[in-house]
Amino acid sequence: MPFLEAVRLALQMIRAQKLKSGFSAIGVFIGVTFLIGAWSIVNGMNRYMTDKFAGTLVGVNTFHLRRRPNVNFNVEDSVWRAWRRRPRIKFADADAVTQGLRVPVVTAWYSEDRGSVEYNGKVAKDITLEGATERYFDIMNLKIADGRAFTPQESKAGTTVVVLGYDLAQKLFPGVNPIGRTVRIHGIPYRVIGVVERQGNLLGISLDKFVVAPALSPIQREVNPPGVVDALIVKANSELEMRDAMDQTEAIMRSRRHLRPRQDDNFVMETSEGVLDFWKKLSRILYVVGPGLVGVALVVGGIVIMNIMLMAVAERTREIGIRKSLGARRRDILRQFLAESAALATVGATLGIGTGIALSLLLKVATPLPAAVSPFSILLGVVVGGGVGIVAGVYPASRASRLDPIAALRQE
Amino acid sequence: MTDLQAFRTGDTPLPDIVILTHKLTRDYDMGGEVVRALRGVSLQIRKNEYVAVMGPSGSGKSTLMNLIGCLDTPTAGEYWLNGQKVSALSDDELARIRNKEIGFVFQTFNLLPRANALHNVELPLIYAGLPTKDRRARAARALARVGLADRMDHRPNELSGGQRQRVAIARALVNEPSILLADEPTGNLDSTTSSELMQVFQDLHHQGQTIVMVTHEHDIAAHAARVVTLRDGVVATDQLRAA
Repeated sequence: MPFLEAVRLALQMIRAQKLKSGFSAIGVFIGVTFLIGAWSIVNGMNRYMTDKFAGTLVGVNTFHLRRRPNVNFNVEDSVWRAWRRRPRIKFADADAVTQGLRVPVVTAWYSEDRGSVEYNGKVAKDITLEGATERYFDIMNLKIADGRAFTPQESKAGTTVVVLGYDLAQKLFPGVNPIGRTVRIHGIPYRVIGVVERQGNLLGISLDKFVVAPALSPIQREVNPPGVVDALIVKANSELEMRDAMDQTEAIMRSRRHLRPRQDDNFVMETSEGVLDFWKKLSRILYVVGPGLVGVALVVGGIVIMNIMLMAVAERTREIGIRKSLGARRRDILRQFLAESAALATVGATLGIGTGIALSLLLKVATPLPAAVSPFSILLGVVVGGGVGIVAGVYPASRASRLDPIAALRQE
Repeated sequence: MTDLQAFRTGDTPLPDIVILTHKLTRDYDMGGEVVRALRGVSLQIRKNEYVAVMGPSGSGKSTLMNLIGCLDTPTAGEYWLNGQKVSALSDDELARIRNKEIGFVFQTFNLLPRANALHNVELPLIYAGLPTKDRRARAARALARVGLADRMDHRPNELSGGQRQRVAIARALVNEPSILLADEPTGNLDSTTSSELMQVFQDLHHQGQTIVMVTHEHDIAAHAARVVTLRDGVVATDQLRAA
C-alpha cells in the first residue's frame, strides 16, 4: 500500500472515531502543549532578563561596588556566612574610589531599606527608602516627571528633601500636587521636591514605590549604620571603560583593605552580567525540569496510544484477515497501523501546538511574564509528537502484521 | 475419475492445468495431538473448469480451500498454481499470489463495513499498486459487471445479502484472477438469491472463468460441472457431470 493511501486511511479512521481518537491523543496533546507553553515562557523570560531586568537593576555600563552580591540565587550557607563577615563599604571607601578612578565615570552612593512614609495621617507601608547622592537619578535613568531632583548642594548638606516614586505619589497625594508638601519618614519631616516618571513593574513587582532622599540626610539612620553605604554605583561611558574602572576599583579597595595577593576580594563589583548569572542558574534548572515533565507526559501519551492501537488491532482482526486474503503483505498491514498511530499522535501534537501558542499569548496578555513562542519549539512539537506515535505504534502494528490470515478471517 | 495423466514428484504440470495438488498433506498440532486434516490429496483442475468440492464437516474441505487459496502452506506434498510451485513460497510471495491469482468469495461476504462498495472492490488493486484513477475505473467496471453500477457508494449495511455477495464477487474478479475460489457462497443467502448467484457463477464460467466452490449443499453443487468429494482428508469421489 502506498504511503499516501495509508495516511488517507488513517485520517479516515480518526474522523470516523472522533471521541476515541481524542482521548487517545490527549497525552501527546498535553505534552506538546506544555512543551510549547513552557518553552515560550522560558524563552520570553530569557529575553526579558537580558533586555530589561539586568538593565533596570544595575544599569548599562554600570557596576555596583558592594559587600556582597545583591542579586543571588541558591547560595550555600557557608558562602552566605562568609559574606556576612565581610566589612561594609564605608563613606571613605566610596570617596577614595571616586577620587582614585582615572577613567571618566559618574558615581553615586546608594543605600536602601524598607519602611513607611506618612503624609497627613496617611501611611504608605513597605516603601523602599533610598539614600543616594544626586547623580543617582542620571545613572539609573530615573527621569523626573514633576518638580526636580536634588542638587549637589542639597546632597552634600543632607537637606531633608525627597523625590517620590510614581505609585507612592499617587497613593499619598491622590488628586493633589505633592510638590512642596511635607511627608514624614520615621517622624522626621521631608519636603517633596519631585516625582519620578512611572517605571512600571518587574516580574509583577512595582518599581514605583520608593522615596529617594540625600544620602547624608537623616534617612541614613534608617537605611544603614553610620558611615556605611550599601553600594557605590559607578557608570562609565563604555563597556571597555567600565572594565578599566572595575580593575582600578579592585586595586583601590584591595589596598585600602590591606589584602594580600593570595587573599580573595572581600567585596564585589556587580554588573548586569553578574545579575544575568543568577538568571542563568535559574533557567538551567527550568531547562532540566521542563523537558522532564514534557517527557513524562509524552511517555504516558505514547502508552495510551499503544493501548488504543492494541485494542484497534484486536477489534479489527477480521479486517486484517480480509486485507491479507486480498493480497496485503505484512509490510502493508504494518504501514497501515503505523500510519494510524502516527496520525493520531500528530493530530494531538498539532492541537497541542495550537493550545500552547494560545496559552503563551494569554500569559503575555494577562501576566507580566513576557512569553515568546519559538519556531523551533513548534517544529520540535510536530517531530516529537509524530515520533511518539510511531514508537507507540510499532508493537501493535507488528502484531497486526503477523496475524495468521485464516485465524483472523475466522474471528467474529 | 478424470482422464488426466498421473503426476509424479518432480514433474511439471501441463500448461492448461491451473491447479495441481500432489499428495497434499496438512497436519495440525492441537496441543500435542496431531490432527491430520489432509492425508494426501492429488487433484488436477484445468482452465475454465467449474468444480464443486463437497464433503461432510471435518472431511478437510476447508483446509484444502485454504491451501488452494494460498492462505496456508501444506505440511507435505506439492501445490502448483498456473505452472508455478507455490507450496514453498514465503509469506510475501503468497500475498502476491492471493492478490493476482485468486479471487475469494466467502460465506460471510467479508466486506469492510466502513468502506463503500467501490472502495471494497478497489482493495485488491490498492495492494497491486495501481494508481488511483485506474483503480477507480476498474473497480467501477467490475461492479457494473455484477449489475451494481448504481450501488457503488453504498456501504455493505445499505445493501441486501445478494448485493453484498455480488460486491464480493466483483472484488474477487477485479484483478482478473486465475481462479475464483468460493467458500459456501450461498450459505448466508435465501434460496431465490442463491439461485441468482448461481446464475452469476454460471455466466462467469461461460466467459471462461475457472471456479472452485466449496459447498455442502447438493443442489448448489449440482451447478458445477465436476464434483469432488472429500472424506477423512482424502478424495473419495471425483465425478464429471453432464453439463
